[in-house]
Amino acid sequence: MTGASSHVVPVRVYVGVFAALLVLTGLTVWVASLDLGAWNTPVALAIAVSKAALVILFFMHVKYSPRLIWIVVASGFFWLAHLTAGTVADYVTRGWLGTPGS
Amino acid sequence: MSTTQPGADARGEGTRPPAGPPGAPPVAEPRPSRVNYLNVSYGVKSWLLTTDHKRIALLYLASVTLMFFLGGAFAVLIRLELVTPPGDLVQSETYNKLFTLHGIIMVFFFLIPSIPAVLGNFLLPMMIGARDLAFPRLNLASWYIYTLGALFTLYALVNGGVDTGWTFYPPYSTQFSNTHVLAAGIGIFINGFSSILTGLNFIVTTHRMRAPGLTWFRLPLFVWAHYATSLIMVLGTPVIAVTVLMVAVERGLHLGIFDPTLGGDPILFQHLFWIYSHPAVYIMVLPAMGVVSEVVTCFSRKRIFGYSVVALSSLAIAVIGFLVWGHHMFVSGQSTFAGMVFSLLSYLVAIPSAIKVFNWTATLYRGSVSLQTPMLYAIGFIGLFTIGGLTGLFLAAMGLDVHVHDTYFVVAHFHYIMVGGAIMGYLGGIHFWWPKITGRLYPEWWARIAAVVIFAGFNLTFFPQFVLGYLGMPRRYHYYVEEFQVLNVMSSAGASILGVGYLIPMAYLVWSMRYGPKATANPWGAIGLEWETPSPPQTENFPRSPVVTWEAYEYAPEEEARVV
Amino acid sequence: MSSAAETHEGGLHPALAHHFESLPAQKEAATLGMWLFLAQEVMFFGGLFIAYTVYRNLYFDAFAAGSHHLDVTLGAVNTAVLICSSLTMALAVHASAIGRGRHAVVYLLSTVLLGSVFLGIKVVEYHDKFVHHLVPGPGFSAEALGVTGEVARSAETYYALYFAMTGLHALHMVVGIPILLFLAFKAHRGAYGRDYNTPVEMTGLYWHFVDIVWIFLFPLLYLIGRH
Repeated sequence: MTGASSHVVPVRVYVGVFAALLVLTGLTVWVASLDLGAWNTPVALAIAVSKAALVILFFMHVKYSPRLIWIVVASGFFWLAHLTAGTVADYVTRGWLGTPGS
Repeated sequence: MSTTQPGADARGEGTRPPAGPPGAPPVAEPRPSRVNYLNVSYGVKSWLLTTDHKRIALLYLASVTLMFFLGGAFAVLIRLELVTPPGDLVQSETYNKLFTLHGIIMVFFFLIPSIPAVLGNFLLPMMIGARDLAFPRLNLASWYIYTLGALFTLYALVNGGVDTGWTFYPPYSTQFSNTHVLAAGIGIFINGFSSILTGLNFIVTTHRMRAPGLTWFRLPLFVWAHYATSLIMVLGTPVIAVTVLMVAVERGLHLGIFDPTLGGDPILFQHLFWIYSHPAVYIMVLPAMGVVSEVVTCFSRKRIFGYSVVALSSLAIAVIGFLVWGHHMFVSGQSTFAGMVFSLLSYLVAIPSAIKVFNWTATLYRGSVSLQTPMLYAIGFIGLFTIGGLTGLFLAAMGLDVHVHDTYFVVAHFHYIMVGGAIMGYLGGIHFWWPKITGRLYPEWWARIAAVVIFAGFNLTFFPQFVLGYLGMPRRYHYYVEEFQVLNVMSSAGASILGVGYLIPMAYLVWSMRYGPKATANPWGAIGLEWETPSPPQTENFPRSPVVTWEAYEYAPEEEARVV
Repeated sequence: MSSAAETHEGGLHPALAHHFESLPAQKEAATLGMWLFLAQEVMFFGGLFIAYTVYRNLYFDAFAAGSHHLDVTLGAVNTAVLICSSLTMALAVHASAIGRGRHAVVYLLSTVLLGSVFLGIKVVEYHDKFVHHLVPGPGFSAEALGVTGEVARSAETYYALYFAMTGLHALHMVVGIPILLFLAFKAHRGAYGRDYNTPVEMTGLYWHFVDIVWIFLFPLLYLIGRH
C-alpha cells in the first residue's frame, strides 16, 4: 500500500485551493455584515468548515490518502462535535422536566 | 487441578515444548541465547537512553511501583485516621491532603500507566511479531515525560500537598485553596502527554506493524484491549489537559472561566473534567481485561468463548464510555433530562463489560482449569469486577445515586473496580509474563499465598464500605459518628492485611530476579508469539519476522473437534 | 529489500529505522502517527471550543460587545497571511518531494516569515487590548466596550476565552517556527529528496492544522453580531 507516499499534487491544485480560501475568507467577512438573523452563525460555520475541508483534502493530502487516515480525521472532529453536543445539551435542557432544581 | 511449579503443564507431565500453532511442525525450543535484552549492554546510560521497548517497560515498572507504594502510604494514613470516630490523628486540612494525594498518585501515576506502560510496552510488539513499537524514541520520551510530571507532583507533595480532592473542582481549586494546586496541575498536565504518546504509539504499531498473516481477528485479545485503551488515551486525555490549563490560568492569572463571580460556570468544569475522567476509568480497566482474557484461556487450556464479541466489546466500552460522563454530575445542578440520558447510556456501557464476564465464564466451563497464581488473580478479577460493575449500576440509577452520591458507597464501588479489578489484573499479568520478562520463575506457593491474602484483605477493606455508604457515611470526611466505627475498624483491619499482601510479591519477585529458577521459553504452555521467543527475549525479539497462519487461542483443537 | 530503502549506491537509506521494512512503510507509520497527534490536538483545542460554545449561548450580548472591539481588518489580514503561509508550506512539501532542495528552503523560509507577520499582528492586537483595559484580571474594565452591568461582567469571560484560544494558537505557531527553520537548514544540506521528505510533510500537516484552528477562530471571535 503506497497511499499518499508517492502521490505528488500538482502546483496548480495548491494555487487553486489558495485562491478559493481567500475568496471564502472575503465571503465570510461580507456575510457577517448582513443580517441573516439566526442563520449568521450556521453560515459562518459552514464557510469555515468548507475552508477547513479544502485545507484537509488538498494541502494535507487527505484526498489522496488511505481510508484509515480519513477515519482518523473524521473521528477527531466527530468526537469533538459529540462532546460539545453532550455538554451543551445539559444547558439547553435545564427546566425541561419541571422537577425541583432541574 | 495442578499443584506443581510452573514449568510443568496443567497435567503435571513435566516441561513440554512450546505449544506452537496447531498443525505446524513441532516448534523446537528456542535455544536460550546467552545474549538477551537485559545483558546486551550494561550501565546507566544504556538504560536511560534505551529505545528498546522492553527496557522502557522496566523503567516504567520501577516508576509505577514507586508511585504505587507512595499512594499506598497515603492510604495507610487515611485508614489509620478512620479507625476512630473523632479526627484525632491528623487535622482536617491534612486529611484533605491525604485523600487528594492518594487519588492523584494512584489514578494518574499508577493506574493509568500501569498495565499499558509496563505490560503493553513489553508485550505489544512481541504479540504482533514486530521488532519494536512504531516510534521507539517517542516511547522513551513518554517515560521521561511521565517522570517529569511525577516530579512536579512530588514537588507539590513535599511542599505541603494539595487539598482539593483529585477532582479539583473550582471555585475551591481556583480561588480558595491555599495549597500547591498549580504544581500538581502542571504535573498532571505533563503526565497526560506521556499517556497520549503511548496511546499514539500503540495505535500506529497495531495498524502498521503486524506480522504477515496476522489479521485483526487473529490478534490476541490483549492487543485489542490495548488498542481500545489507546483510542481513549489519545482522544480523551487532551480534554483534561486543556481543562487543567484553564484551571491553572484561572488560578494564576484570574481569567475567570469557571469563576461564578466573574460569570463563569463551575459546572462547565465538571463537564470538561469528567469528559476525560470517566473514559479514564476505562483506560484503567480495559488493559486488565486484556490480561484476564490471556490468562483465562491459557489456564483453561481452551479457546476463548466468543472471540470476536470479546474483541469488539473492548471497542464498544471505549466508545460508549465517552458518552456517560454526566453520571458523576447527577446532583451537581445538571439538567435532569440530561441526567436521564446519561443514566440510560451508563446502563448501556455495562453491557459490553458484562459480555466479557459471561464469555470468560463460558471459557472456564468445561475447561481444563489449573489454579496457578495468574489464574487466581484472573478469577479474582472476574468476581470482584462483577461486584464493582453491578454496584456501578446502582449508582447509574439517578434516584439511588441521590442517596449514595459522595458517600462510601461510591468509594467502595470504584475501589472494587480499580483495586479488585485493575490491580489484580496487573498483578496477574506481572506473574503470568514474569518468566518472559525476567527469565526467572517466581516461587509459586508464596505467590498463591499472597494472592489469597490480597483477596481476603481487599474484601475486608472495601465490602464494609458499601454498607457504610448506604448507611450514610460521607466520603472525604475524617471524623464520623460513633455507630460507623465497627465497619470502619473492619475496613482498616482489612487495609493492613491488604498492605501486607502487596508487600509479599515485592519481596519474592525481587528475590526471584536473582535466585529464581531459570525459566524456559514457554513455562505455561501458552499460545502467543511472545512465547515463541527465549526467556528473556533478545533485543530484536524475532530474528526473522514470523508468518502467522493460525487463529488465536487454538488450545487443544483435537479435543474441541471430539466434543463437537 | 525494497529499492525505496536503498540509496542509489545500494546501501540502506540513513533515515530508515531498524524496525521498519522500508521507507514507504516508515512514512505510512509516521503519517498515521502525526494524524493521531492532530486528532488529539483537535480535542485539546476542543475543550476551549466547548467552553466558548456554552458561554456564547449564555452571554451572547457580552460576546457581541467584546467581539465588536476586535479589528476585523487585522483579523482578516491575519487570516489571509496564514492562508498564504499554508500555500508556501504546501509548496515546500512539494519541492522537497521532487528533490528541489533550494526551492524548498525558499518556501520554508517564506512560511516562517508569514508566520512571524501573523504573530507580529497579534502582538499589535494584544497591545491594543492591554491599552484599553480589556485584559482579564483585576485591571479589566468593560468601559472601552461601551457596556455596563451584567453584559460588562460577562465580557470579561469573552476576553478570557479570546486570550486563551488565540494565545494557545499563537503558542502552537511559536513552536512551529523553529521546527520550520530547522527543516530549512536540513533542506539546504540536501537531506530531502524523492525517496525521503517525511519530516517536511509531517511538519506541513502540523502547520496546516494550526491554520485550520485559526480558520475557525476568526469568525467565532471576530465576527459575532456584526450587522
